[in-house]
Amino acid sequence: MPGYPPKLQDYLDDFGFISTRDERIDFLIAISDDFEPVPASVATKPYEEAQRVIGCESEAFVWAIDRPDGTLDFHFDVLNPQGLSAMAMCAILDQSCSGAPLEQVAAINGEVVFTFFGKDISMGKGRGLTEIINAVVYAANQRLARL
Amino acid sequence: MSDINSRGYTNPDKLVSTDWVAANLNEAGIRIIESNEDPLLYPSGHIPGAVEVDWVKDLNDPLRRDYLDKSGFEALASRIGITSETTVVFYGDKSNWWATYALWVFELFGHSNAKVMDGGRLKWAEEGRELTREKPSISPTSYSAPERDDSQIRAFRDGVLAHIQDHGQLVDVRSPGEYTGEKLHMEGYPQEGAVRGGHIPGADNVPWSRAANEDGTFKTAAELRAIYLDEIGLNPEQPTVAYCRIGERSSHTWFVLRNLLGFSDVRNYDGSWTEWGNSVGLPIEK
Repeated sequence: MPGYPPKLQDYLDDFGFISTRDERIDFLIAISDDFEPVPASVATKPYEEAQRVIGCESEAFVWAIDRPDGTLDFHFDVLNPQGLSAMAMCAILDQSCSGAPLEQVAAINGEVVFTFFGKDISMGKGRGLTEIINAVVYAANQRLARL
Repeated sequence: MSDINSRGYTNPDKLVSTDWVAANLNEAGIRIIESNEDPLLYPSGHIPGAVEVDWVKDLNDPLRRDYLDKSGFEALASRIGITSETTVVFYGDKSNWWATYALWVFELFGHSNAKVMDGGRLKWAEEGRELTREKPSISPTSYSAPERDDSQIRAFRDGVLAHIQDHGQLVDVRSPGEYTGEKLHMEGYPQEGAVRGGHIPGADNVPWSRAANEDGTFKTAAELRAIYLDEIGLNPEQPTVAYCRIGERSSHTWFVLRNLLGFSDVRNYDGSWTEWGNSVGLPIEK
């Protein structure tokens, strides 16, 4: 098993210690504050529809850019200014998957959404957040297929 | 967007503007309530003095698929500091879809002195109005609620079955893909919360969001009539049922039909597709 990218595993471990809903929310808000939208050097609005995360109502977009070492840099944007959960999810993926071994990125299971956000998120939101992860995993698999 | 009173609604008093809320923030007898899908939004910043009502932990019974009961509602009302005389004003994300859901639940307990802030959270924020992370200090109140009355604005499975056998009016407010059942078969969507895809026989499809403008405000009565009366032929005098997946999006349409267009008998079927699409023996259409 390739395991998960170390930074992602750190996040999962940290969230595993959370015992209250308020703690979880405060942690996620702090992470969402770190969200940085895709730089203009990579993409400018209006974005290509191919980058859109299908099924994410917060209108998340994902870009995967090749790095010289064979890994990927991931970039994100969330067009809905109220899409804080999507921003938090993107910030986690940005920090943990950019430059990580592709096999580890490709191994991420969408179920980690529920470790981060809890199991009482709405079906729609859970699906949208999972689809952001799926987009990252898909990009990693595509890159692996080219190696 | 035009002034609420100029839009031709049957009951314009059910809507207030962001200006009205800003002018009444500190009024005794008024409680501003934020209800969102995204649980991060209220703690990240809310209208000063607003309290949060969360659709999961506050409105639903934790052990049964049902809403809170009389004692639960009384405890909630006490926590958010309202009495039966308080005017409650809901606002939230997703063009107020969750705000109308909370309002609908409050009306099950007879708290009809409930309004929605037109445009919701997004409009307030985009107007540059103040948002704070400071939670208000609320003095608990005593609230004596009646038993929840499910008989007037809520629909149940058997009632919906009888309704369609009588060729009653039914509005499916989900997306076209959900309505046709196509979404169940899309790659990446292994479950849609139901075994089968499609819709309740006889239902017309009007996605809930068609009632809202881009900025989250409600369309004018003339625009709404063009959709619900002219386009799909609903009769405001006939019993009507709205449904979606779990009853949240359809509460938005329920609010529109009942309060803005004055439908005399409209119910929200909160069992919705997650019940109907999973039930043995119930007919569906694709």
